Amino acid sequence: MNITAQLIQRLKKTILDNWMGTQLSDQSLRFDLISEEELRKQSEELLNGLARAMASGNADNIYAVEYEPVTEILADISTTRARQGFSPRETVLYVLSLKQAIADILEQQLADQPEQLYREVMALNRLLDSLSIITFETFIKGREEVILRQTDEISEISTPVIRVWEGILALPIIGTLDSGRTQVVMENLLQEIVNTGSTIAILDISGVPTVDSLVAQHLIKTVSATRLMGAECIISGIRAEIAQAIVHLGIDLSSIKTRATLAGALQLAFSMSKLEVRAQDRTTNFGLKR
Amino acid sequence: MERIPILKMGPFLLVTIQVDLYDRLALGLEQDLVNMVSKTGARGVLIEISAVSIVDSFMGRIIGNIASMSRIMGAETVVVGMQPAVAITLVELGITLQGVHTALDVEKGMDLLLNKTGLDQLQKQEEPDEPAE
Repeated sequence: MNITAQLIQRLKKTILDNWMGTQLSDQSLRFDLISEEELRKQSEELLNGLARAMASGNADNIYAVEYEPVTEILADISTTRARQGFSPRETVLYVLSLKQAIADILEQQLADQPEQLYREVMALNRLLDSLSIITFETFIKGREEVILRQTDEISEISTPVIRVWEGILALPIIGTLDSGRTQVVMENLLQEIVNTGSTIAILDISGVPTVDSLVAQHLIKTVSATRLMGAECIISGIRAEIAQAIVHLGIDLSSIKTRATLAGALQLAFSMSKLEVRAQDRTTNFGLKR
Repeated sequence: MERIPILKMGPFLLVTIQVDLYDRLALGLEQDLVNMVSKTGARGVLIEISAVSIVDSFMGRIIGNIASMSRIMGAETVVVGMQPAVAITLVELGITLQGVHTALDVEKGMDLLLNKTGLDQLQKQEEPDEPAE
């Protein structure tokens, strides 16, 4: 067992107090996200784990079996912190401040042996740097998980299928259509066509910021699939700049029914289903009102 | 050999596919159907595929072939009841079944056939891609 490990084992209490002191004095500590008590518990657990791992005599290779509990605790802490909304800086500072706490103790204890002190501090540096890398990695992984979950949720809620009339469905698309979303849009739309027995579907793209050839291709795919099912598809919400872009790109939408506004598409859908919407006959009301 | 029954219903032929079509069955159907159209002088063919869950490019082509052959002999083809998953697969395969009419169910398919063949006593629609309703 090397000197650092012995020191940590012996002076665990002091180190923990020092460490807590550094953490608590840091301006960036987020008391809104974590309580002092919880922080102390977390820190103690990590320090105990580290002491146990170092007691095995291995102070270099953090990928060794003895360090598994430590890395697990760290991964746990940083994933939770990523979810709680800590910044990466705050999370890594947490580990790096432990380095300072241990180095301070080493400095006190080995004040008369500068060479030994140097070696020990360097070893400690290497060890804790590796640990902070692990913290960073898991922190980012935790964040990515959050982002992935949100992406899923967004694509889930951003493609509602609305029944605007008996036999007429509307599907407002918000955001750019990529292959993945096209699949979701198609599945939702086709399933809803089966469920409601609707013969007309209106795809409204007023919420799509830009239409390039890829997006157009995805739209054409969706229209084709709807046709195969036996329903008719109208694309609405084609703004002036989108019409320009489509023509400049040389995309042929002539085989698809298109309208500038959702209102226009609804009107077309009514006429296709032989429905008529009329204003109430004014002449009868006229006499009553005046 | 297994065969898919072809029913005659007035001027139309009715085919309901209740099993997944494997290649030989599909080829057999194509042959039988064309023979039936020629024998009965049918004006329309309605193919119901709601029980089909697996589809490949071969079957897509067979349906296209049936439609083309029937048209040459003066019969329109309507495919009804396609499952969403099948439609998505066909689109991903790049098959759009040009020249084949589609409808959601048998009832709507029959209306469409009547309409397309002009047998509903109404004037034929000017735009061929206008739906039946």
